Amino acid sequence: MHRISYAPCASYAMKTEREKTDSIMRASLFITCYNDTLFPETGRAVVRLLERLGVELEFHPQQTCCGQMHANTGFRAEAFSQAKRFVGIYRKAETVVIPSSSCVAMIRDQYPRLFKELGNEALCREFAALLPRVYELSEFLIDRLGVEDVGAYFPHRVTYHASCHGLRGIHVGDRPLRLLSKVRGLELVPLENMDRCCGFGGTFSIKNAEVSSAMLAAKLQDVLATRAEYCTALDNSCLMHLGGAMHRQYAAMRTIHLAQILAATEGAPAEEAA
Amino acid sequence: MSGSSTGHSVLDPRFAPPFPAAALPMLRNAQLRKNVAHATDVIQAKRARLVAEKSDWQELRSAAAAIRSHVLENLGSYLEEFEAHCTAAGGTVHWASDAAESRAIIIDLLRREQAGEVIKIKTMTSAEIQLNPALEAAGIHAYETDLAEIILQLGEGEPSHIVVPALHLNRSQVREIFARRMGLKDLPDDPQALTAAARTYLRQKFLTIPTAISGANFLIAETGSVAVVESEGNGRMCLTLPRALITLAGIEKVLPRFADLEVMLQLLARSATGERMNPYTSLWTGVTPGDGPQRFHVVLLDNGRSSILARTTERQTLRCIRCAACLNTCPVYRQTGGHAYGSVYPGPIGAILTPQLMGMQYAQSLPFASSLCGACYEVCPVKINIPEVLLELRSQVVNQERGQAARFGDLMFIAMKAANAIFAGARRFRAAQWLGRIALRPFTRKDGWIHSLPSLGAKWTQTRDLRGLPSQSFRQWWAARGLTSSLSSSKEGR
Repeated sequence: MHRISYAPCASYAMKTEREKTDSIMRASLFITCYNDTLFPETGRAVVRLLERLGVELEFHPQQTCCGQMHANTGFRAEAFSQAKRFVGIYRKAETVVIPSSSCVAMIRDQYPRLFKELGNEALCREFAALLPRVYELSEFLIDRLGVEDVGAYFPHRVTYHASCHGLRGIHVGDRPLRLLSKVRGLELVPLENMDRCCGFGGTFSIKNAEVSSAMLAAKLQDVLATRAEYCTALDNSCLMHLGGAMHRQYAAMRTIHLAQILAATEGAPAEEAA
Repeated sequence: MSGSSTGHSVLDPRFAPPFPAAALPMLRNAQLRKNVAHATDVIQAKRARLVAEKSDWQELRSAAAAIRSHVLENLGSYLEEFEAHCTAAGGTVHWASDAAESRAIIIDLLRREQAGEVIKIKTMTSAEIQLNPALEAAGIHAYETDLAEIILQLGEGEPSHIVVPALHLNRSQVREIFARRMGLKDLPDDPQALTAAARTYLRQKFLTIPTAISGANFLIAETGSVAVVESEGNGRMCLTLPRALITLAGIEKVLPRFADLEVMLQLLARSATGERMNPYTSLWTGVTPGDGPQRFHVVLLDNGRSSILARTTERQTLRCIRCAACLNTCPVYRQTGGHAYGSVYPGPIGAILTPQLMGMQYAQSLPFASSLCGACYEVCPVKINIPEVLLELRSQVVNQERGQAARFGDLMFIAMKAANAIFAGARRFRAAQWLGRIALRPFTRKDGWIHSLPSLGAKWTQTRDLRGLPSQSFRQWWAARGLTSSLSSSKEGR
C-alpha cells in the first residue's frame, strides 16, 4: 500500500538516513503523555531493552504530548502549539524513539500540514530536518539498529493486534511480527481480521461510546478466539481499550505492549502492571 | 425505516438526529447488524480476490485519481465540452444550481411529456434531491426498477448503502414485502422466486410507461456520451424502451475522454461488487433516430458541489465514483448500517460528503463518526484521503463552536481546552498527573481497576474498565533512577 503523504513542506528522505553507524547510538525517548501517565512499565521496558542493545538513552523532561488528541478532535490550533513544542524539544536529538505508532503517525502525517498552515518556513525547515530521525520502536530496532533478535525470552502464547496507525498510518508492515518471531519460547497465534479497528479512536470512544463499544465487542470476539495468554500491539491506546473490556468480562487474557515482551529475558521476566 | 413522524425522510440531513443518537436503534437491532456484517463480508471477500489478481491495482488507482483530479481542476471547460457534444447529438442539457431547481426542471419536462407515471433507474442523486416525493406531489408516480429500490419502495424503506440500497434486509424480509405488496401469499424466499416476482411486476411497467429517469455513472466530455453501469438489465430497459429519457447527473461526473472509461470501469466493478466487469454497461450519445428514446435531457446538478470544489483539501471528495468500497470496509458502518448517517450518502464517504453538500450547519456529528482507522482510504479506487478530509471538517466544526456560548456547557470542549493548557508545560503536566491520581483514587478498587466513573468518564466505563493511575509516572521513575545511577555511578543493564 502506498504511503499516506500530505506533506508539502517536509522531505521524506527517511530511509536513506537510516544507516547503521559504528559509534555509540544515542536516542531520545519520547514516551508519550499516556504511556508516561498510565503505562510507565512500557517506558521502563523500552529503557531496559534499548540499553541492553547498547543504546544511550536520554529523556527530555520538558516533553508532554505530541498533539494527536487535539488534532484528531478538530482542535487544530491547540495541536499546532503542541507540535511546535515537540519540534523545539527534539530538534537537536540524534534520534527520537517513540513506543506508539499513532503518535508517530501524528508527527509524520499531520505535522507537515499543521506547520504549513499555521507555522512559518523556518519551522517547516526545522521539522523537515528532524522528521527522518523520528522512529517508532519496531522501526528503530529493525531499520536503525538492524536487529530482529533482541535476545528476548517470553514463554507464552501471544496474539498480535495490528493497530490502525501502525498498519495504515506509518506502514510498519511485518516488523513487529519479525521481532516477535525471534522471541524465544513465544508462540505466536494468528488473529482473524487482524487489521480491523478495535474502535478506540481517541475521543471517538467517548463521543461515539456506543458505536465504539460495538466495534470493541466484535474485535474482542476475534482476539479471545485465539485463546492466547496475551494480546500485544505497538500502541497502549488500543491495548487499554481491549484490556478494559477483557477485565470487565473476566477474560483470562491480558494485554501487554510489544516493548515489554521484547525487554523480557530468562533472568528478568516481563514487567506487567499490578 | 420509513419517513419519520415529522413527515421528513429519515435521510434528510436537515432533520436527522446526530450520529451517536441515530446509531443507537441500529446497534440494538441484532438482525440489521447481522445482515450488514454478512453482506459487507461477502462483497469484501469478492473484492479482495479480484483486486489481488490485478498486479497493476495501485497504478490503476493512481491513474484514476489523476483523471478525476484533472477533471475537477478543469470542470467548467469539460462540462461545456460535454454540453456541446451532447447537444450536437440531439440531447438537451439543463443546468440546476440546487435541488429545488433540478426538481422543477424535471417536473416541467415530465409535464411536457404529459407523463403521469415514470420509470426510474437506481440513482442516488435523485434521492439526494428528494425527487420521488416531489414527483408524487406533482401528481406523477415514479416506479423504481432496480431490484433493491423496488424492495425499498414497496416496503416504504430508505436506502442504507450506495450500491446495495437494501443491504440491511435479508431474503425473508424481502419475501415478506413482496408477498404483502404484490399479493403473492405463497411466495417462497429463494432468490429465483423473488426475482421472478419482481420481473413480472417490472415487465408490465417497462412495456407501458414511456418516460424514464436515470442517473449517470459518467459523462464523457469528448463525445457527449452518458454511461450507466448496473447488474440487472433493468436499467438497460429504462434506457432503451421509453420515448423520453431524463438523466440527472452531478456536475462532477464528467470524464475527459472515452478512453478514460478503461481505467474507471476496471476499478468500479471490482471495488463496488467484486466483479471483473459489471453485467450491464450502457453507453449512449444524444438521440439516435428510430432507436431508443427520441427525446433526451440531461440535468446537470450543482447542489453544493462547486463550493466543495473551491476548497483544496476537501476537493478530493468529488473524485468519488460511488463504488461504496469504503462503506464495506468501514468498521463503523459495519456496526450501524447506513441509516444512522441520516443521509442518502452513508459510510465514510457520506461522513465527508453530506456535511459539505448541506453546508456545515447540518450533519456536524458526521465528521466525528469515524475512528480514523484509515481502512476507507486504503480501498478507495480514486485515492480519496477520507481521514484527511474528516480532520479538516472536524476542525471547521470546532472553529464554529469556538464562537458559540454553548461551548461553556460542552464538557468535551472544556476538557480539550484544559488538556491543552496542561500540555503546554512539563510542570503543569506533572501537577495534572498528581491531581489525576488523587481524583481517581476514590473510584479505584482494591484490584487497581476503575469500574465506574461519573460524567464523560461514564462513556468509557459503560462497557470497559480502566486501570487506575499507577503510583509512579514514567518520568518520576526516570528521575529517581537518574539519581540512583549517578550516586552509584553504574548504569543498570549495561
